[in-house]
Amino acid sequence: MRFWKYSTPQNFYPAAKKIAAVFFVLALCFGIPGLYIGFFVAPTDHQQGEAYRIIFIHVPAAWMSMFIYVVMAFWAAVGLILNTRLSSMLAQALAPTGALMTFLALWTGAFWGRPTWGTWWVWDARLTSELVLLFLYVGFIALRASIEDPRRADKASAILAIVGVVNVPIIYFSVKWWNTLHQGASVSLTKAPSMASDMLLGMLLMALSFWMYSIAVSMLRVRKIIRDRERNSGWLNN
Amino acid sequence: MSSRSLFLAVLLREFKISLTQKTDIATIFFFFLIVASLFPFAVGPDTGSLRTVGPGVVWVAALLSSLLALHRMFEGDFIDGSLEQFLLSGEPLVLIVVSKIFAHWLFTTLPIVILSPFVGMQFGISSEASWIMALTLLIGTPVLSLIGSVGAALTLGVRSGAALTALLILPLYIPVLIFGVGGTVAALQGVETTGHFSILLAFLCLSLALCPLATSAALKIALE
Repeated sequence: MRFWKYSTPQNFYPAAKKIAAVFFVLALCFGIPGLYIGFFVAPTDHQQGEAYRIIFIHVPAAWMSMFIYVVMAFWAAVGLILNTRLSSMLAQALAPTGALMTFLALWTGAFWGRPTWGTWWVWDARLTSELVLLFLYVGFIALRASIEDPRRADKASAILAIVGVVNVPIIYFSVKWWNTLHQGASVSLTKAPSMASDMLLGMLLMALSFWMYSIAVSMLRVRKIIRDRERNSGWLNN
Repeated sequence: MSSRSLFLAVLLREFKISLTQKTDIATIFFFFLIVASLFPFAVGPDTGSLRTVGPGVVWVAALLSSLLALHRMFEGDFIDGSLEQFLLSGEPLVLIVVSKIFAHWLFTTLPIVILSPFVGMQFGISSEASWIMALTLLIGTPVLSLIGSVGAALTLGVRSGAALTALLILPLYIPVLIFGVGGTVAALQGVETTGHFSILLAFLCLSLALCPLATSAALKIALE
């Protein structure tokens, strides 16, 4: 099979539809048992009660938020280096999903924090880094949106994504250091309690489901981007 | 042209341009003073609380002034075509960029760094800690200019460029802010500050090595 065939938007456009369908089905296959285990099988936590069950959404969203940023930067860099349009379109398609995952992680984190910590928000290292990550996604999307020429937008946002990827670990460790200095004993999430195997299974299934969903939805978005950008090129109307 | 004479030629050019734009530079300087002076009105004139927030306030004010000045870095050259000439000259763009960033820091931010210990003392920070704060700013603000140059280059000729630059760049300023303020607070508490300075210097080395490359790439994209 000639894999490179799919690196042009024209050939990828129909393929993306099939990929999206397959991964939506996979997302459901993982998500339904994941949710069932999360809500009905996994035991109630003896410290946090039922409130802990939000981690079945929260943790996969947080994982995906970081993972998608790296993938997005990777495709943006490929687009910049090899000058392939489709790679940049993929990066563009991933950004809103990444931002959504970051937002979900923050939002569900607040819902979890209220009953567990007694507050919606603390300046915890992880929460703060996640917030900064949201800003990085918003910056990427905003820079893209404000440049008219799509190819220039591709390249400029690629540079921003690469700069962001270099900075993410620096920001994370700075924030972590800052946090340990300022609020020594308020909340400690670092020592993870031993987790029941049902909980772990549910969380892994949900993580896979989120992953498949992200792929599927980015494929649909990439189709829309191709439609927008190639509307004058003729092949779309055939 | 040798690297050094190129660097100095660009520096001299920036200096001459700055002489014609003295009010711009004065505005940035007074912006720093005014932002810092707002905080006593916000948190109250009590010396204790002012001393607690002092290092952070001075750093954030310096950071915002540096951000405010960023658009000066390339915009004039972009509009009048000099940037294109730089690119066509065949000289290494990275070196020109480094020189421009250095000039920008020298003329807009260094005055703020020099003034900062006095503002620190206004906030009740001991004179010794104030000097250490000035030293953290002396090392930290070039990092801000270097990171900022990437944002300034990326947003050249873009709608609502200034607000967008802030959005792109401010998250990346956080580590510098943390260690700059951290060093000052350590000095206030009489703790060893070497670690903070080492990390700030590491940031400086890293950004000096990487940011000019990203900035010149972004400038080339803007001029395509």
